[in-house]
Amino acid sequence: METPLRLRAAVPFSIFAALLFILPSCSAQDIQVVNAERRIDLTSHIVKVFLTLKVENTGASPASEILLAFPPTQVDHLAVVKAQVAIGKRKKKTYILLDVNPKELPDAPNGTKYLSISLLNPLAAGEAVTLEVLYMLTHSLEPFPVEISQSEPQLVYYRDSALILSPYHIKQQITFVKTPTTKVESFTVVDPTHRAGTELKYGPYNDRPPYSYSPMIVHFENNSPFAVVEELVREVEISHWGSLQITEQYKLAHAGARHKGVFSRVEYQSRPGYSGVSSFRHLLARLPPRVHSVYYRDEIGNISSSRLRLGTLKSELEIEPRYPLFGGWKATFVIGYGLPLEDFLFESPDGRRYLNFSYGCPLVETVVDKLTIKVVLPEGSKGPSAVVPFPVNQYLEKKFSYLDVVGRTVVVLEKKNVVPEHNIPFQVYYHFNPIFMLAEPLMLTSVFFLLFVTWVAYLHMDLSLRK
Amino acid sequence: MVGKSEPSTNGAAAAKSPDLLTSYFSFRALKLKTKQQELLIRVSILCLVYVLAFATRLFSVLRYESMIHEFDPYFNYRTTLFLTEKGFYEFWNWFDSESWYPLGRIIGGTLYPGLMVTAAAMYWGLRFLRFAVHIREVCVLTAPFFASNTTVLAYFFGKEIWDTGAGLVAAALIAICPGYISRSVAGSYDNEGVAIFALLLTFYLFVKAVNTGSLAWGLASALGYFYMVSAWGGYVFIINLIPLYVLVLLITGRYSMRLYVAYNCMYILGMLLAMQIRFVGFQHVQSGEHMAAMGVFFLMQVFYFLDWLKHLLSDAKLFQAFLRMTVTSAVGVGAVALGVGTASGYISPWTGRFYSLLDPTYAKDHIPIIASVSEHQPTAWSSFMFDFQILLFLFPAGLYFCFKRLSDATIFIVMYGLTSMYFAGVMVRLILVATPAVCLISAIAVSATIKNLTLLLRAKTKAPQSVSGKGGSSGKASSKQGSLDQSQPFQKNGATALLFGAFYLLSKYVTHCTWVTSEAYSSPSIVLAARGAHGNRVIFDDYREAYFWLRQNTPPDAKVMSWWDYGYQITAMGNRTVIVDNNTWNNTHIATVGRAMSSYEDEAYEIMKSLDVDYVLVVFGGVTGYSSDDINKFLWMVRIGGGVFPVIKEPDYLVNGEYRVDKGAAPKMLNCLMYKLSYYRFGELTTEYGKPPGYDRARGVEIGNKDIKLEYLEEAFTTSNWIVRIYKVKPPNNRW
Repeated sequence: METPLRLRAAVPFSIFAALLFILPSCSAQDIQVVNAERRIDLTSHIVKVFLTLKVENTGASPASEILLAFPPTQVDHLAVVKAQVAIGKRKKKTYILLDVNPKELPDAPNGTKYLSISLLNPLAAGEAVTLEVLYMLTHSLEPFPVEISQSEPQLVYYRDSALILSPYHIKQQITFVKTPTTKVESFTVVDPTHRAGTELKYGPYNDRPPYSYSPMIVHFENNSPFAVVEELVREVEISHWGSLQITEQYKLAHAGARHKGVFSRVEYQSRPGYSGVSSFRHLLARLPPRVHSVYYRDEIGNISSSRLRLGTLKSELEIEPRYPLFGGWKATFVIGYGLPLEDFLFESPDGRRYLNFSYGCPLVETVVDKLTIKVVLPEGSKGPSAVVPFPVNQYLEKKFSYLDVVGRTVVVLEKKNVVPEHNIPFQVYYHFNPIFMLAEPLMLTSVFFLLFVTWVAYLHMDLSLRK
Repeated sequence: MVGKSEPSTNGAAAAKSPDLLTSYFSFRALKLKTKQQELLIRVSILCLVYVLAFATRLFSVLRYESMIHEFDPYFNYRTTLFLTEKGFYEFWNWFDSESWYPLGRIIGGTLYPGLMVTAAAMYWGLRFLRFAVHIREVCVLTAPFFASNTTVLAYFFGKEIWDTGAGLVAAALIAICPGYISRSVAGSYDNEGVAIFALLLTFYLFVKAVNTGSLAWGLASALGYFYMVSAWGGYVFIINLIPLYVLVLLITGRYSMRLYVAYNCMYILGMLLAMQIRFVGFQHVQSGEHMAAMGVFFLMQVFYFLDWLKHLLSDAKLFQAFLRMTVTSAVGVGAVALGVGTASGYISPWTGRFYSLLDPTYAKDHIPIIASVSEHQPTAWSSFMFDFQILLFLFPAGLYFCFKRLSDATIFIVMYGLTSMYFAGVMVRLILVATPAVCLISAIAVSATIKNLTLLLRAKTKAPQSVSGKGGSSGKASSKQGSLDQSQPFQKNGATALLFGAFYLLSKYVTHCTWVTSEAYSSPSIVLAARGAHGNRVIFDDYREAYFWLRQNTPPDAKVMSWWDYGYQITAMGNRTVIVDNNTWNNTHIATVGRAMSSYEDEAYEIMKSLDVDYVLVVFGGVTGYSSDDINKFLWMVRIGGGVFPVIKEPDYLVNGEYRVDKGAAPKMLNCLMYKLSYYRFGELTTEYGKPPGYDRARGVEIGNKDIKLEYLEEAFTTSNWIVRIYKVKPPNNRW
């Protein structure tokens, strides 16, 4: 998360800082949070936090940004931060997404990291606004015990602060923590704390000064599949003959509590509800509609356990790794499929062509630690440029495929810490002259032509020495 | 889709070839353009046969997938992969520490590199032409590609020994002959796939050299021999058959300068070239198996020398005396040299495999490891019928035709046919070597018969006596037609009937071959397929499940102990070190594993600790009814183990000479490691409705020991159908 953010932030940040916030510490003092509600969803291995802040400007000058503070340990696991503000009255309520950028402050206590939310209109003195923030944390549930046997459920720790970390004064705040089941081993009590069913309620707390922090640990059972793709390489090959060929190479791992000791097939088969509850054997991949020639294989051959359901809106590929994945077990595999070109390749008004394709991993509810998308442009295309809605690491490569002479340009887009929220379209623009489509057939025909010509010439030649 | 249309194309091509043959004869009557027409037809038949030979071998790819089959091909695939990744020199100097732990294996010096180099060369060639193929596809299709080339070669060979018609029939027959298909289906990436091509190439070039007396053909046959040596250990057959053939020619008074040139060139150059293969090395001058060739070489020189002397000495009496003297002294010197060489150990004695070829019972008594391999068993009649079908009857007919028209070339094919048939009878796998000979000789029979019959049909205006002459030579037809000599109409009808009979037989052959290929020879044996209760296909992919689990979830330096059958697969697919594998070069090491498997757990633990074993892999078919599992192979482990370590005694595992796993089994059997690992916690499982828990479906009994406790091992992984079970060897207990 850090590197790409920093990359994109590099240029605009300096301008922002120079123009708008000459005295950032001052403006922080002038803002206070009237009401804050936080809902932490711990049901899957991706932690989702919904934060609702009612912010008021108590100062004299208008404020145009609101800061979010995170402890340094959380920032590394932060995959997505989205902020939105509601506009309009009850019935005509629409939400507008706000820009979120990392920001550094000189006197951050204990290495606190900040993200700044740029408001649509600067908040005038005395005015209040309600912001809704969603952020997701990956790798934030720490299994404890670290190793479990087949019959044990998986218990994890979630660490956070019972009080919302903020550079502002918070008048009133409340935090809800949702666990997947009622089985909660222990939780830190910061009065008032209540537990009801699958929900833990921290608060309400009144009038907390800036940077209040109160560590909290929840130890609970979470048997949802901790499917983490350690590395995913998606290769999208464009052929102007009418198809898009996608090859996805997965390195999948179960990132939960490590499996210890015996794996007993007889127990796994006969007591599915009790044995190996934290393991998983099915994965669902959502593929675009009209997908064709799907394959699912690995280094040693085809994996015969997969099912494909074709639909008009989406296709679903249910795959089963060769063996059920227990904690710490790994599996690598490749999924490949073809798509009709007309669904994804368009011509822009300026004559360039562009590919409009979805970023992110097609597997449902998985975290991708490192995602590389390689867009292989057809041979002879020029001037590639990519438009991605979030910061990525970009560079170009060359690839040689069937009958290539000069090689194909490959646009490589890399991103770390990808969650399903990143499944949004990106575009790659390039120039392509359709005459290049004929290069390969012409080459083949000329080769065969030459072959026959030489054969005819050979038959009409007399190479013998005696005459 | 393609698989469905397969039989029809088969039928069409095979039916077409005799059909076109007749038209080919009809065109002979025309003038000028006939030659071109004939050439066109011949080339198109050959092309069709070429495609057919390739296509009929693709059943397994269509049914399953493009994958490497069986056991040995996995080693070949792994080494080819290494060759393409690391280059030739690295490959040549490769010391493989992943197999035969802790001994390791010098790969470059212990394999025939021909196959890998061929596949790698094709791969590099395709890559150079910018075909982005994967090396696996190249390996999978190597055998069918070479089978197609073999058909072309069979055509030229047939043409050389008989005529173009026989050549075409031979090409068509060999294209679909099950005896050859068994080792050359797509995915069967084994030495034999390339070697049969090389074998036939060497023979063809040698016969060509003998027929022409040309040094160039002799050189070509030496190169062919070199390729054969680089590809397969079966080259020993060539280096013994060719001298035998030369000897027969000498004895029958067919000695000629052509033969002298051909043999000397082929032997000397072939020998020198063969020495470049590290695995073969100096065997051509040092091993007993190669001495016949050398002896014939010297004999040839003596013969030539005598010929020259005879030319010089005009006195016949003097020559007789000299002849006697030289022959006795030459034989004496040869015998003494051989004796001294053998005694001093310079010439190594024959190997066990060679002995077991000459004496089928030898392996059974002396080398259990050779006898334990199913493809080393003596051949049953049924498998001859299965692999050759009508060729088995056409073969003697063809021999008859060959004897009718004896020439240097037909003598060769007769000798090749007879010797290879003998070897095919000794060992199942050697049916493969006999197949080209059987096809060629049968092709002569078919071609000659049909040619005679059609000539009979077409001879409208000819005088009856000339017809009877032709009819007389037409094999089976002759006896029946002898009485009908005078009445032409009957004769014609008879000929038509016989032609139809021949076509019927040939089309039966085609359907049989297709059926055998699709049913028996196109299964990869890694993936098992069965019919489910509703007629649907059920796939058991347990092997790959287990190997992939090993690959992903065990430490990279883990050592896996299993019976040697699975060694190559574990190293290739599981990428882990194995104790023993299919290259059975060290009998003691295999016996150690056999001993561990047949000992009690605590004794086995000591052995496993001494071998640094981390995981033990067993194959178990009790749940699925898969019969070639380790329990059924277990007696061989006992035998091989007992052959080296007398502690292991076969009778301990038997009850009244009977091998059983149920309650009546021997106590040692019920408590040995293999039994425990196979049946661990199996007693809790109900495999079949209406049967008690622990019912072994492969053997059809309820197991005798259901309460199995493991002390030194723990279950690490069992595949979904229980076919492969992997156990982890526990670390030693703390002493405190």
